[in-house]
Amino acid sequence: MKVQAMVTAFNTIVIREIRRFTRIWPQTLLPPAVTMTLYFIIFGNLIGSRIGDMGGFDYMSFIVPGLIMMAVITSSYANVVSSFFSMKFQRSIEELLVSPVPNWIILAGYVCGGMARGLGIGLIVTLLSLGFTRLDIHNLPMVVLTVFLTSALFALGGFINAMLATKFDDISIVPTFVLTPLTYLGGVFYSINMLPDFWQGVSMINPILYMVNAFRFGILGVSDVNPFVALGMILVFIALLTAISLQMLKRGKGIRH
Amino acid sequence: MTNALEIEGLTKTYGDGFHALKGIDMNVRQGDFFALLGPNGAGKSTTLGIVCSLVNKTGGKVRVFGYDIDTHLSDAKLNLGVVPQEFNFNQFEKVFDIVTTQAGYYGIPLKQAKVSAEKYLRKLGLWDKKDTPARMLSGGMKRRLMIARALVHEPKLLILDEPTAGVDIELRRSMWTFLEEMNRQGTTIILTTHYLEEAEALCRNIAIIDHGRILKHTSKRELLQQLHVETFVLDTETTLEGAPALDGFPCRLSEEGALEVEVQKGQGLNQVFVQLEQRGIKVVSMRTKANRLEELFIRMVEENAREAQGGVA
Repeated sequence: MKVQAMVTAFNTIVIREIRRFTRIWPQTLLPPAVTMTLYFIIFGNLIGSRIGDMGGFDYMSFIVPGLIMMAVITSSYANVVSSFFSMKFQRSIEELLVSPVPNWIILAGYVCGGMARGLGIGLIVTLLSLGFTRLDIHNLPMVVLTVFLTSALFALGGFINAMLATKFDDISIVPTFVLTPLTYLGGVFYSINMLPDFWQGVSMINPILYMVNAFRFGILGVSDVNPFVALGMILVFIALLTAISLQMLKRGKGIRH
Repeated sequence: MTNALEIEGLTKTYGDGFHALKGIDMNVRQGDFFALLGPNGAGKSTTLGIVCSLVNKTGGKVRVFGYDIDTHLSDAKLNLGVVPQEFNFNQFEKVFDIVTTQAGYYGIPLKQAKVSAEKYLRKLGLWDKKDTPARMLSGGMKRRLMIARALVHEPKLLILDEPTAGVDIELRRSMWTFLEEMNRQGTTIILTTHYLEEAEALCRNIAIIDHGRILKHTSKRELLQQLHVETFVLDTETTLEGAPALDGFPCRLSEEGALEVEVQKGQGLNQVFVQLEQRGIKVVSMRTKANRLEELFIRMVEENAREAQGGVA
C-alpha cells in the first residue's frame, strides 16, 4: 500500500471513531462531565474546604489535575475497548481485515480515536474545573506530554482488552476491577506522603500514580515522584503494549480463525 | 495470462483438530464466472476465508492475480472484493458511510470514494437509502449493500459467499443480471451458492468440494455431460392408480401422484409420450425433478459419502 493510501486509511479509521463517539455523545461525553462536576462540588467545595491544604495547595487545586487525568484514562480506554469489541461482535472488523490496511495503521487509527475521546474529555473537564478553581500551568510541555502519552497508553490497553474479550462482560472487568481501584489509589485525592511507609512503598508499584503526579507537576509544580521517571515509565509501557498489540493483530488473536 | 486465483495444496486445521481443508488445488481464470459448490461444512467458506485473509491457512499457497498472500498480501487484497455470507457491517452506521469508509480502507480519497459509492448504490437500487442506518434495511437491501461495499474500490476479483441466500426470486434474478453485467465488463467472479440453478445459470466453471477435498474441478458443460440419468415429473390429466410399465424408462408415482420417469442420456423423450399415449395417459405438464446440476451434485456428494464410509469400515 502506498504512503498516501495509508494516510487515507488512517484518517478513515480516526474519523470513523470520532464520528462514533460524537454520535452517541450522551453515552460518551456527557457522563464524565457530570461525574467530574459532582467530584468538584462534593470533594472540592463541600468536603475540601474542611480538609485544608495538601501539598501546599488548597484541596480543590490539588485534586483537579488528578481528576482530569482520571477522566482521560477511563475515556481513552473505554473508547477503544468498546468500539473495537463491538466491531468484533458485529463482525464489521472483517471490513478492515479484508482490506490492505497494514496492522500498524489499524492500531494507530484506533489508538488515535481513543486519544481523541480521552483528550476531548480532558478538555471538557478542564474547562469545567475553571468554574471551581484557578489553573496556573507550571510546565506546559510536561502537561501536554503527560496527557498525550497517558491517553495513548490507555488506548493501547483498551485495544488489548478488546482483542482478548470474547463477551461483553470481558470489556467491563478490567475498567471496574483494575483501572478504577488503581486510579483511586493513584494519588488523585491524596498525596502518598500522608500514608505510612509501607503503603507508600505499595503505592509506588501503581503505574497510575506516576501519570497523575507527572500531570500534577505540570500544572502545580508539585509531585510525589520524579516526573521525568514517570514519563520514562509511560514510554516503556507504550512500547511494550504496542509490541503486544501488533503481535496479537499479526496472529489474528480473536479476530481470525 | 495470469490466473485470477491459484490455490495449491491448501490445508486448514482448526484449533480443535478439525481438518477443514485437506489439500485443495484450484485455479480460476481471469474473466471467469466460477462456482464453488459443496454441502454445508464442506470447506467452501474456509477456502474463501483464507483467500480473503479472514482465516489463517495451515499450509499451501494462494495467489491472487499472481500475488502470493504470504509475501504480497496487500497487493493481493487490492484486487479482491468480498461479499460474505453473514451481514458484517456496523448496523448503526448509515449506508453511504459504510461504503465510503470501506473505500477509505483501500486508500481511496473521500471525494473519489463518494463518486464510486454513489455509482454502485445507484446500480444496486440503494441510492434513496443512502442516509438510512443499515439496521433499517430489509434483508435483500443488506445483501446489496454488501455487494456495493465490495465493489467500491473496483476489484478485479469479486468473491461472493451465498450472495442470494434469503433473497426473493425477483431480487435474485435482478442480482444475477447485475453480476452478469459485472462479469461482462471484466470482473472475475467466484461464488458459492446453495441454489444450484444459480450456478447453472451464471457460471462457466465449477468446482465441487466435500469433506475438505475437491471432487470435481471442470467446466459446467463438461460436468453436465457426465449426467447420465435425468428424472422428469409428468402431471397427468387423470390420477393414476399405479405407475405404468414403460419399455426402457423406469418410472414410479410420487407421493403427490405425479409420474416420475427416468430418462437415460441419449434416450429421446418422444418414446415416453408415445408409450403413454398408447396406454391412454394424457400428460398436461412436465418439469425436471431437480435441475441438472443439482442432480449431479447430489450424486457426487452421496458417492463421496459412501466411499468415505467404505474407507472407515
